Amino acid sequence: MKPKKKKTLAQKNAIAGYLFILPFIIGFIAFLGYPLIESIRMSFSEVTVGSGGFTMRFIGINNYKKAFTLDPEFNRLLTESISGMAYKVPATLVFSFFVALLLNQDFKGRGVVRAIFFLPVILSSGVIVGLEYNNTLLQGMEDLVRESSNNSSITTTLQSILDTGGMGSKFFGYVFDILDSVYDIAIAAGIQIIIFLSGLQTVSASMYEAAKIEGCTAWESFWKITFPMVSSLILVNVVYSIIDFLIRTDNEVMEKINKTMSPQMDYGFSSAMAWSYFLCVMAIIAVVSFILSRKVYYYE
Amino acid sequence: MSRASAKIERDKFWERNRKSGGYLLKKTAASGLYKIARAILLFGLCFLIIQPLLNKISISFMEEQDLYDATIISIPRNFTTANYKLTNELLEYWVCLKNTVFVALLVSVIQVAACTLVGYGFARYKFPLKNFWFACVMISILVPPQTISSSLYLHFSFFDVFGIFKAITGKTLNLQNSMAPYIMMCMGCMGLKSGLYIYLIRQFFRNIPKELEEAAYVDGCGKLKTFIRIMLPDAKPILTSCFLFAYVWQWTDSYYARLFLGRVKLLPKALTGLTGRLSDWYASLHGVGVMPSSAYEQAMIATGLLMTIIPLLIIYLVAQKGFVESLSQSGIKM
Repeated sequence: MKPKKKKTLAQKNAIAGYLFILPFIIGFIAFLGYPLIESIRMSFSEVTVGSGGFTMRFIGINNYKKAFTLDPEFNRLLTESISGMAYKVPATLVFSFFVALLLNQDFKGRGVVRAIFFLPVILSSGVIVGLEYNNTLLQGMEDLVRESSNNSSITTTLQSILDTGGMGSKFFGYVFDILDSVYDIAIAAGIQIIIFLSGLQTVSASMYEAAKIEGCTAWESFWKITFPMVSSLILVNVVYSIIDFLIRTDNEVMEKINKTMSPQMDYGFSSAMAWSYFLCVMAIIAVVSFILSRKVYYYE
Repeated sequence: MSRASAKIERDKFWERNRKSGGYLLKKTAASGLYKIARAILLFGLCFLIIQPLLNKISISFMEEQDLYDATIISIPRNFTTANYKLTNELLEYWVCLKNTVFVALLVSVIQVAACTLVGYGFARYKFPLKNFWFACVMISILVPPQTISSSLYLHFSFFDVFGIFKAITGKTLNLQNSMAPYIMMCMGCMGLKSGLYIYLIRQFFRNIPKELEEAAYVDGCGKLKTFIRIMLPDAKPILTSCFLFAYVWQWTDSYYARLFLGRVKLLPKALTGLTGRLSDWYASLHGVGVMPSSAYEQAMIATGLLMTIIPLLIIYLVAQKGFVESLSQSGIKM
């Protein structure tokens, strides 16, 4: 009898590893890889759905041309949602970092405050976001208040005071935009706060103690210890926030893509739009994470 | 007694303050001010977050005339629970609730089970092309589900595995109106936010010391047994977190529900169709063409929304530790 060739430990481990991730491999190929390739093909062709299946006719880049040159909305929605992201993501990051720092301190009722801050993780998901945003009743109430009182909100009053100078009014405009959307930011920041909080938890107290004995002020130890230690999480959070903002259900581009697909049945056109959008998102994430990953400090 | 000791304390404080040249007083005052400012800030932010919820609660108890009354802001003058009764009927609440509980439970259990296996495989084993496959996990997080939804939709409408069904029955299988497609996707870690769970679970398993595993091997524990007996009990907190998130997000998800679970009556879907049903009901009551006012519509939506999230709020209150503390305390390194 021929002696059976024994596998090395590394080979055994490799097989075991593949067995463990097998569900993912199958799922990825069947439900993501294949449909992805399919949808690339769809975006270059005209799809007609019949009773026995669907057929594709290759029409080149016509769908893309239609999206960027013919469609009245797509360009505007695309630039709007990207520029919206450009100021909302930094604001979300600063906010969530700040809140995580606060929640990491010791005070009475911390559990309750934490519970409230993480409530949006539940409340701002799925169908609820969509319904929240076209709340016309609230809109109507706001308009009513605005009419009945001269100063509608603190921010607009402040804005009108500060705007008179003309200098830097655009900058103030951005600041006030952020202030006005603080609710949206607070709602969107739940997961980011959790991630920062878990990072802050790993910074050992002995480091702060040593710094304090050496005469470090709280301000210095924040920039020299806390900030570098969680800098890897900043990268994670930036990427998460970008994705979260760009592909959440109430994003206008997403809505348009859905609408084109589901009631209008224009599969080719919607795939083309989805792909151009996806490529934009990927490009943004690649650039941002490339820049940030050079600054990140990994503590081992 | 206590007054006397308080006086001694105070004397001591001033004594120490004098010795430090006023530094102690400044320091105490500063920290007191800081605490007050922090309390105000936190209170404000908390209020900001729960205010819409409170607003909805008050609206849901109002009669229609209260909605137009400018003098009524938050406390209804004509307290009523009619909104709830009507929404209950329009949503078919109890049927939907039962279905939603069941579907969300099934989906999230399958999802977390599959993601645990995969996350563990990525964290503890070395194998060729590991980085490539992990990049695929990242891609699955990054790709908006809408990009592939049209393809998936058609894929499942004319479902076939290498032409087998067509060869046997002569036509392809339409899985569009069953739960099978979504369950299959969850098994393949392609459900709602599965990539995120894989990532979190992998990060957790990576931090478990290697010695634990080696000790198990030395004592004659196989690979699967090590995983089940040694590693899984350790991972309970992260698995609970992932399960709870999966459950809650599945509960409120309307996207996958609409795409794959067309026939099943689920709460989020019923909620999006609520306005349509309301106007139908209104028309049947007041004649065709009479529409409910937009304020009334919004009040009904607020009621429906509350009824949808009340079970979630209860889960959240009961299992708050599982949601948050386990994630934030385990100190996952990203």
